[in-house]
Amino acid sequence: MLATATERQGFAGGMLQSMRGATGPLLGLIVLCLFLTFASDKFLSIRNFLNVLDQITVLGIMAVGMTMVILIGGIDLAVGSVMALAMMVLGYLNVVAGVPMWIAIPLALLVASLNGLVAGLLITRFNVPAFIATLAMMSIARGLANMITDGQQIIGFPAWFNTMAIVRFGGFLTLTVAVMLVVFVVGLLYQRYRHGGRVLYAIGGNAEVARLAGINVQRATVLVYVVCSLLAGLSGMVLAARLDSVQPSSGVSYELDAIAAVVIGGTSLSGGTGGIGGTIIGVLIIGILRNGLNLLSVSPFMQQVIIGGVIVLAVTAETYRKRK
Amino acid sequence: MTTRSPILSLRGIQKSYGPIRVLHGVDLDIYPGEVVALLGENGAGKSTLSNIVSGTVQPSAGEMTWLGAAYAPANPRAAMDEGVGMIHQELKLLPKLSIAENVFVGRYPMKAGRVDRRAMEERARSSLKRLGLEISPDRLVEGLSTGKQQLIEIAKALTLNARLLILDEPTAALGGEETQLLFQQIERLKADGVGIIYISHRLEEIRQIADRVVVMRDGAKVQEFDSGDVPIRTIVEAMVGRSLERMFPALPTPREEVTLEVRDLTSPTNAFRNISFSVCKGEVFGIAGLMGAGRTELVRAITGADPISGGEILLNGKAVTPRSPIEAIRAGMVLVPEDRKLQGVVLDHSIAENIGYANLGAIARNGWVSSRRLKQFADECIRKFGVKGRGHQDAGELSGGNQQKVVLAKWLARKPQVVVLDEPTRGIDVGARSSIYDLIMDLARQGVAVIVVSSDLEEVLGVSNRIMVMAQGRQTGILDREEANDVSVMELATS
Repeated sequence: MLATATERQGFAGGMLQSMRGATGPLLGLIVLCLFLTFASDKFLSIRNFLNVLDQITVLGIMAVGMTMVILIGGIDLAVGSVMALAMMVLGYLNVVAGVPMWIAIPLALLVASLNGLVAGLLITRFNVPAFIATLAMMSIARGLANMITDGQQIIGFPAWFNTMAIVRFGGFLTLTVAVMLVVFVVGLLYQRYRHGGRVLYAIGGNAEVARLAGINVQRATVLVYVVCSLLAGLSGMVLAARLDSVQPSSGVSYELDAIAAVVIGGTSLSGGTGGIGGTIIGVLIIGILRNGLNLLSVSPFMQQVIIGGVIVLAVTAETYRKRK
Repeated sequence: MTTRSPILSLRGIQKSYGPIRVLHGVDLDIYPGEVVALLGENGAGKSTLSNIVSGTVQPSAGEMTWLGAAYAPANPRAAMDEGVGMIHQELKLLPKLSIAENVFVGRYPMKAGRVDRRAMEERARSSLKRLGLEISPDRLVEGLSTGKQQLIEIAKALTLNARLLILDEPTAALGGEETQLLFQQIERLKADGVGIIYISHRLEEIRQIADRVVVMRDGAKVQEFDSGDVPIRTIVEAMVGRSLERMFPALPTPREEVTLEVRDLTSPTNAFRNISFSVCKGEVFGIAGLMGAGRTELVRAITGADPISGGEILLNGKAVTPRSPIEAIRAGMVLVPEDRKLQGVVLDHSIAENIGYANLGAIARNGWVSSRRLKQFADECIRKFGVKGRGHQDAGELSGGNQQKVVLAKWLARKPQVVVLDEPTRGIDVGARSSIYDLIMDLARQGVAVIVVSSDLEEVLGVSNRIMVMAQGRQTGILDREEANDVSVMELATS
């Protein structure tokens, strides 16, 4: 059975394969859903599921970028701050300066990407450890975000902007969820089928082997940090639409949620194994867990404890499985 | 002398790694106050033997006696507690800590629950004095010369009341003056009754320092001399010996055209200097030398993996001098690196992926990599180069020989003009070696210029049309196949 599945290698087969190594998290997700179905009669409904999807959009988009960074053995602590910076740039351009949205959004994403470019160059050209480089960018981006309005929030986006996050087209998808799904599919395809995506595994597996194999490790590394920051900016756009406002204190500690989703999804922090397929499951686990715990009226403080426990469980289960 | 009893006796020490036996029953006695030089080529078993004595490695069979009692250290700590000190070739000091802290790291003298810094420095000072070193023990290790650091390692062993010291190539990084200083200290230690095992590749030192000479080859003790005053030539002959077990395939005849020319190549770290040679189409060019001769650094520079500070590289008469592996690969020069596990393959990725990483450009269409094409490509390489494994297996599951074939396969699919193999059969068992040799000869027959770096003298003699010998970063000669033999190469390598 297994052999024929891998021999076939069709599109669906390939997508299934990109879940390889994520079977543990997938099992966890299923068990979690089963448990909540019995524990709460409000859990199993299309309406609730769509709610969950709406709630995970920001984390989901951010976690895709984080997966690529962690896949090459790096880390990006700046995504939460970069997201806030992109949001404030958007708010300033559109509301204060009167720039139309279709120009303001690309410019905000550009500013976000520049953060990644700086981090990537610090890491590759100046050999600053990724942890330090992105820690610095976290502080810089947060400071810049606050400077734009001196810490004040900005409101007054055009009315249609908020409807992107509210109106369900065909009674089903909000535009923000659609954006997340597009990011998921493009990410999965890129990681599995694009030259540039396959290379990330080589770099994370062993950067020296990759370099000697003729892979441009430096360029790929910079690109990954740029994409991660770009996606952080994009998740900022989504959050701005959801809140219909922007404030510079948004996204504090979001980087840790994104890392948690990636790790729960089975991507190793040392790089080289895992992928976006697992991360999607990790994002769903966090989203459904929060949703379910809310339905069960568990206090938000207790929720933090439980999510910490899930991280421990996911990683120890993975380590144990590998040792066998 | 014979009336004294040895501090350490080894009887029938064997060591195997899986099916590969690296030590074949070694007997050895070390008496107090003598220096025993342990000599042999790379891979002769010297390091394994000293690792067994120092508790780093456990023997598979055999017995050891320490001061008359059975001795079987489970780890380096146990050996140290008994009084065996091992000074490694690469120094293991903590540069940001003081000399005293380094000497007592992990076993600081305590007083009332706190580290007694005064006692620590006092004791460090006295052991430094014993070695004739006039440095303050509260100085940081950072910035001290290699020779001084070496002596601090010895001081550390002495505070453990070492009765036996193992010095692994202690002079490899020392200048002439520092060497003499070290020798004076060794004389003092001898006078104190410390036994010393002295491993070195510098044969001219042996006469000066050794009381006895033990020569090892292929994991066995082959000869023992009861004096250090042995002609170098005699030692070299014992070291290289002759064994007829190994067969090398017939060498193809090189063509006239020069493929690769290296002119005056120099490394920024001075690992090699002013190297010039050329390799013809279809020629196998061997590079021999002892550890630290700069061979690996040289071939890494040729293939763009390390920078150079001077000289140039020509391919078919055109200057190519690569600045990165990418440039070398595009020009058609590829490297099969020395350390397979760290530089050749990603161990926990599949064979197909490993082959793919070097050929994504050829596999991808418009940048899209289909799994089917990757699998087809890998399967073809696997079949063509006789890798025993399936594409979806992890590279780490393969034997060393098959891993090496994966590294070769990933390059050969690109039809390179120059293939550089650094230690192609290290850690590969004898049976699998011949298939690697066959692959090398096939390449030469197809007109590829092949460079083989090897510490295995027999191998480099067996597969090369010509051999360049290096010593301490210099090129000491290029020998034709007819004039190259173990003695002529060894003489150039130790000059």
